[in-house]
Amino acid sequence: MKTNPLSIRVAGLKLRNPTVLASGILGYTAESLQRVVEGGAGAVVTKSVGVAPRMGYANPTVVQASGGLINAMGLPNPGIEEYAEEIIHAKTVVQAPLIVSVFGYSADEYELVAQKAVEAGADAVELNVSCPHVKLTGSEIGQNPALLKKVVSKVKASVHKPVIVKLSPDVTDIAETANAAVKAGADALTAINTVKALAIDAETALPLLNNVRGGLSGPAIKPIALRCVYDLYEQVKKPIVGCGGITTWQDAVEFLLAGASAVQIGTAVALETPNVFHVINRGVKAYLKKKRYRSVQEVVGVAHRT
Amino acid sequence: MRTELNTIRTTPILSVTAESPTVKTFTLKDKNCAKARPGQFLMLWIPGVDEIPLSIMDTENGLVSVSVKQVGDATRHLHHMRQGETVGVRGPFGNRFTETSGTALLVGGGTGTAPLLFLAKRLQAKSKRLAFVVGAKTKTELLFLNDLNSICTEQSIITTTEDGTYGLQCLVTEPLTKLLAENKFDMIYTCGPELMVSKIFALAEQRAIPFEASLERLMRCGIGLCGSCVIGKYRVCRDGPVFNSRRLREVKDELGIWKIGFDGNRIPV
Repeated sequence: MKTNPLSIRVAGLKLRNPTVLASGILGYTAESLQRVVEGGAGAVVTKSVGVAPRMGYANPTVVQASGGLINAMGLPNPGIEEYAEEIIHAKTVVQAPLIVSVFGYSADEYELVAQKAVEAGADAVELNVSCPHVKLTGSEIGQNPALLKKVVSKVKASVHKPVIVKLSPDVTDIAETANAAVKAGADALTAINTVKALAIDAETALPLLNNVRGGLSGPAIKPIALRCVYDLYEQVKKPIVGCGGITTWQDAVEFLLAGASAVQIGTAVALETPNVFHVINRGVKAYLKKKRYRSVQEVVGVAHRT
Repeated sequence: MRTELNTIRTTPILSVTAESPTVKTFTLKDKNCAKARPGQFLMLWIPGVDEIPLSIMDTENGLVSVSVKQVGDATRHLHHMRQGETVGVRGPFGNRFTETSGTALLVGGGTGTAPLLFLAKRLQAKSKRLAFVVGAKTKTELLFLNDLNSICTEQSIITTTEDGTYGLQCLVTEPLTKLLAENKFDMIYTCGPELMVSKIFALAEQRAIPFEASLERLMRCGIGLCGSCVIGKYRVCRDGPVFNSRRLREVKDELGIWKIGFDGNRIPV
């Protein structure tokens, strides 16, 4: 049997290709996640789920910036109690590994949500310790290495599935937070979440986002994300999932070369279509063939040779 | 997605027209939205308050009009705004109605009549015959009767009110069975409450008449990212808002039954 050159293992998860739907994009319903799998995604990450339901912020929640989008959705989610039902349903509908994104306001909350997500059938959890626009969670946890350690070790001690930690770029040294997560047991790292940002309308002299501050995503942050992945590859011995502005197969290849074992794609679902995963995978496959690589794994970190 | 369409453009309100005690039409200058086709929508930013999706009701010479019912906070603020005040727009977004050259039946419920009026204006030139059924709770809430009279002949307009203050006293779906039995239509278009849409879809399916409905859901990003407006595997903002018979069959287990609320939970329509 011919092996699939695009397949890769990341922290024990078997992916049929290295493209993964990033958290926050679609992801409320199993059907919308499966649509992305039909579009070629090798795995999907759900919306971030917390203990209790959250409505999120009023609009505008997503605004256009040069080269990207700034969003402050405000972590809208139905709470893990309700969402567990959706996870159970998703396990029958979604034909790829299901990674549930988890957030909380304390280590105990992260633990509780992760535990329930895994009980419901999550193949892995991704800890959102990097959302830049909700107080007392997200990046407020991920930017504090001591707190981050506490959260990760608590979750690791209570779930038997891979624990991925999604990092914020809004830190002095991303390797420091990454190492805190790894020491606490993180199985893989996603780099990066959105970059804290702002948009102002000149005519009305008002910030555009209802929440004022949000997170910048899309091509504008690609070089930042790429640098973060490159730094992490040198300093951390755990698989890295690259995320930030990946829109084309060239972008994806660059992240693999920088040291990512897989890539997450979010904003490109809007810039392009949910079939963007197929398009990127086709390009990566052609690249492997042209450069005579037998697998994605062989490309990971190649840019570090020099 | 063309990013220039997704960039918020601030623009003054050029005129405000009262259509009914609860519905006002706002006309704005925006060269992008002025190129919209019937079925498309725009996102209207009410500075400092909210941003809401609105079906486009008309376009003309660089201008775009939307008709807005006062239903909540954002629309109340908008209804208090006057000519000259600044709002923001992005769009137009979404797909469009297929414009038939055959005979067409248009069924509008409440403010759902707005995108159908836009469609009727475009069909006027190319369609063989138009029939319009328009319904509202009460006489004063019947929308665009004058406009409809200038597009369709008087005999081809049926009006319904729930309280019987004008036209037939019934729901807008009521006269359809008879109408469909006595006339041949090549296409049925509708927009309005989702239960109404699903009822009319069932009638269209019985008679195997091609059908298109513009659906309404909670929308946030408007560009197919946030997932607030999904029905089945489709995003109403990006794959819709116009759904044809084939797609509606795919989502019939959800149509008129549930949608997604602000917290991502499934709630009854």
